[in-house]
Amino acid sequence: MKADPKAVNTGTHFIDGNEACAEGAIAAGCRFVAGYPITPSTEVVEHISRRFPRLGGLFIQMEDEIASSICFQGAIWGGLKAMTVTSGPGLSLMMEHVGLAAITETPSVFVDVQRAGPSTGLPTLPAQQDIMQARWGSHGDYEVIALAPNSPQECFDHAITAFNLAEQYRCPVFFMMDECIGHMLGKVKIPAADQIEVVARKFTSRPAGEFEPFRIYDGDQPEMVRAGMGHAIHTTGLTHDERGYPAMNPQTQDTLIRRLRNKILDHTDEISIYEADQIDGSDVTIVAYGVTARVAEYAVHLARKEGLKVGLLRLTTLWPFNDRLIREVADNTKSFIVAEMNLGQMVHEVERASRSKIPVHLLDHAGGGIIEPETFVKKIKEVVR
Amino acid sequence: MSGTPQNPVEKLLRTERMPHIWCPGCGIGTSVNCFARALEQANIDYKNLHVVSGIGCSGRVAGYVNVDSFHTTHGRAIPFATGLAMARPEAKVVVYSGDGDLFAIGGNHLIHAARRNIDMTVICVNNFTYGMTGGQVTPTTPYSAKASTMPYGNFEDTFNLPNLVDACGAVFVARWTIYHVRQLTRSMTKALNTPGFSFIEVLSPCPTLYQRRNKLGDGVMMVQYFKERSTIENGANTADVALGFQGDIVVGEFVERERPTFIQNYNTRMEQVLGDAFVPYEGVK
Ligand SMILES: Cc1ncc(C[n+]2csc(CCOP(=O)(O)OP(=O)(O)O)c2C)c(N)n1
Ligand code: SF4
Repeated sequence: MKADPKAVNTGTHFIDGNEACAEGAIAAGCRFVAGYPITPSTEVVEHISRRFPRLGGLFIQMEDEIASSICFQGAIWGGLKAMTVTSGPGLSLMMEHVGLAAITETPSVFVDVQRAGPSTGLPTLPAQQDIMQARWGSHGDYEVIALAPNSPQECFDHAITAFNLAEQYRCPVFFMMDECIGHMLGKVKIPAADQIEVVARKFTSRPAGEFEPFRIYDGDQPEMVRAGMGHAIHTTGLTHDERGYPAMNPQTQDTLIRRLRNKILDHTDEISIYEADQIDGSDVTIVAYGVTARVAEYAVHLARKEGLKVGLLRLTTLWPFNDRLIREVADNTKSFIVAEMNLGQMVHEVERASRSKIPVHLLDHAGGGIIEPETFVKKIKEVVR
Repeated sequence: MSGTPQNPVEKLLRTERMPHIWCPGCGIGTSVNCFARALEQANIDYKNLHVVSGIGCSGRVAGYVNVDSFHTTHGRAIPFATGLAMARPEAKVVVYSGDGDLFAIGGNHLIHAARRNIDMTVICVNNFTYGMTGGQVTPTTPYSAKASTMPYGNFEDTFNLPNLVDACGAVFVARWTIYHVRQLTRSMTKALNTPGFSFIEVLSPCPTLYQRRNKLGDGVMMVQYFKERSTIENGANTADVALGFQGDIVVGEFVERERPTFIQNYNTRMEQVLGDAFVPYEGVK
């Protein structure tokens, strides 16, 4: 289905990533947002709170992030597309409800504009330190989807992708921005509504009494339903059967937890968005995401001017991690440099997926600033030599 | 079935989920009976009734009622219900949960939902303890009563629940015990028909944990206590209805006031400020 022309702000705008993200969510059909202010994400909800009254949407500033992260799930089960927006400390508070969204298969978008931690850390300064928290932060086994945009334009484009993936895979989807991208001003082209592909929620058409909300009828996702359709649905954070009823035994747990995992992992290739540039025959390939990938692009350009054979693999989809892609790249390059604004999170995934076939180096940053292009070039030279 | 009037509670329950988990003598089931009758009396269309619970013995109510029902996380039924009520302004959203769930871990959400006047009815089963987890102390455990984490008797002060929600702006506040089934049913009916944030405290026996530990006999003995020591005082000042250990109980409908709901306030304000540019919020039809 196409976006709603009344809502899409078609045109070329000079806006920051946070505003672009808000516009992307609106274009994707989001009409309910629950949030709690936290720098550097606040502009997202500020923009939403200005726009929604003109669109029939509703923003509510909740009393905290624990509330926000379940309030929007209530709205989703009421039939709306919805999201919550936060940064590190708020994300930490939301974790129990990431697990709830996973086990109740709620199509939910969590926007996280990352800043440096732990704890209050460096408010307003950037980092990419929530990568593992997004993946593992709630207790139990579950899968999520996470995307990292690297420009205001991508904040718009991939906010839509995030909503679409949430509907397709019915799981928590993290939109992992960072302070640099959130506050970066840039040209954002918002296409006409009929150019924007939006995945509509697939509500069941089965009659009441013949529908079980967690049964797989076709494909590998259950059919969505909302309160008020007459199905007398039940959802619970307890391990449950296809009817949604608690069934506390190891067999039901095994069936449910494996299904929740496989419904994502079986589609890793379709979910995976990346760009691979001049990898074949390179001496080293840089793996980066978010703002770091943006700097890496320039650094690689500088290094190539000096005659160095450098490849670049930019990951937009962070989770599920694309093991196959890393293995293929490892066959065609001599070493990896994983660059990230943390002390090493994604590097473990690259090491694991490449199975130590080739050396994997880390270019890290403790947070509070970006990795400068010169630092990249120096590291590339060290590795190649 | 024609001719035999169906027991309303049978219509309400997910019979395939019976037997329930509640202990003999527990009061939660009695409160659900009253709720079922209240739904009949209030003429609520089940299709537009949504029940949300947190976690606890009382929090299992959502799992047994045959309407759209959501068993959420400990303490967070109210914020979930807030989102649901926002999406479904035409529906009646009921939060059914325990004292610990609503007033300890969930206390912050409760006071804000009352302040905002979110359109929901909150039914709090107060059994003076954490039932589900084995009888720990809760914000309503009376002074000197024992709990598994208060082995020498509770030394903390308690919340006076009606007073707290009254102060936060609830439009309807009542307290009954499960001895008062007729009155409780009537108050539930009233709450269901009152737009905005309504609150009912239901004092309820927990023979298995609270009473055993405090040597208060079985469920019947607790109901006996409720019967003997309760006085009905509609319109009582909520500041005067605090409870003590096995002391006097004031029951009744304490508060009835009119306030615009959250959505009404939103629509009014935006209409005033934005005029024609405002698209009134309607939620999901
Ligand atoms: C985050 C979290 N903390 C703790 C628990 C454990 N827990 C489950 S129910 C409960 C207390 C329930 O007490 P109350 O709300 O009074 O309900 P009752 O069981 O007495 O009806 C606790 C502490 C939990 N499930 N989740
Ligand atoms: S433990 Fe107490 S509250 Fe829980 S079901 Fe038993 S009697 Fe009821």
